[in-house]
Amino acid sequence: MAKDLLTPKLVSELNRFCPGCGHGLIGKIIAQVLEERGVEDRAIQVYAVGCSCLISTVVQADSIQAQHGRAPAVASGVRRARPDAVVYTYQGDGDAAAIGLSESLYAAYRNENYTAIFVNNGVFGMTGGQMAPTTLEGQKTATSIYGRDTSVTGQPFKLAELVAQMPVAYVERCSLTDAKHIAQTKRAIGKAFDNQLAGKGYSFIEILSPCPTNWKMEPVDAYKRLQDIVAGEYKLGVLKDSEEE
Amino acid sequence: MKKLVIYKNRCKACGFCIDQCPKDALSLGDEYNASGYAAVTVDEDECIRCGTCYRVCPDSVFELIEE
Repeated sequence: MAKDLLTPKLVSELNRFCPGCGHGLIGKIIAQVLEERGVEDRAIQVYAVGCSCLISTVVQADSIQAQHGRAPAVASGVRRARPDAVVYTYQGDGDAAAIGLSESLYAAYRNENYTAIFVNNGVFGMTGGQMAPTTLEGQKTATSIYGRDTSVTGQPFKLAELVAQMPVAYVERCSLTDAKHIAQTKRAIGKAFDNQLAGKGYSFIEILSPCPTNWKMEPVDAYKRLQDIVAGEYKLGVLKDSEEE
Repeated sequence: MKKLVIYKNRCKACGFCIDQCPKDALSLGDEYNASGYAAVTVDEDECIRCGTCYRVCPDSVFELIEE
């Protein structure tokens, strides 16, 4: 007999995200992965600033809020102080790829034994949809009203490719576009936590997530855009797996 | 027989489950929940209890339990 499909115990009744936001879905997947491995009591989540800090309204694990962009540094400290804890960071693109780029890369460079969840929705969500490093070419945002001009502001920033250059355990980019890709995202997050529990080192999962509010789209159209447009620039798949080398 | 439980108070009417449902069994109802959203409803005859809505819902509206 198949198991009942229940809401994970870590997931709160109501969360603070907009309708259709991918953060709620990723939070639920993280809670499922932790509970399937029986480590929810040992989990410590580290988040910083932006919409991603509202993850504490979804996943009610033990939490620390770091300063803006500094979640990797705090998670490194938690890892050293509490070797038995299951540590993960949860950051958006403005947090991990813009202000906290240095911390993100140095944590990967040291191959810290924790799991990094990086949510890429291409805008600064909480502050009102300004252009982020990850914004696509030609994408209209509050600070690129004619579309992003890459001759002035540079190309869309690919943090996962950069992290894959470091001596880390695992890097994968996933998407939330449909049920199949969501299942793949769950497998990737599961593997990232398995790596941590086996002491293999730093695992980095980038997740392409929709922001219907700031993309000014219906939620369903925003999920479709992930596959039609965003995944064309940010290629999905495993970028690094130390087991296969 | 499995039963699909819908926590209507959690629903934000984003419609992602309606888009992903393989049998088109879900639709937005005409009752509003406490947050002001027209919560999702299921056509029990069409539903095959596959659990897709449970997997894709961002707000944990669905549960699938054995009766």
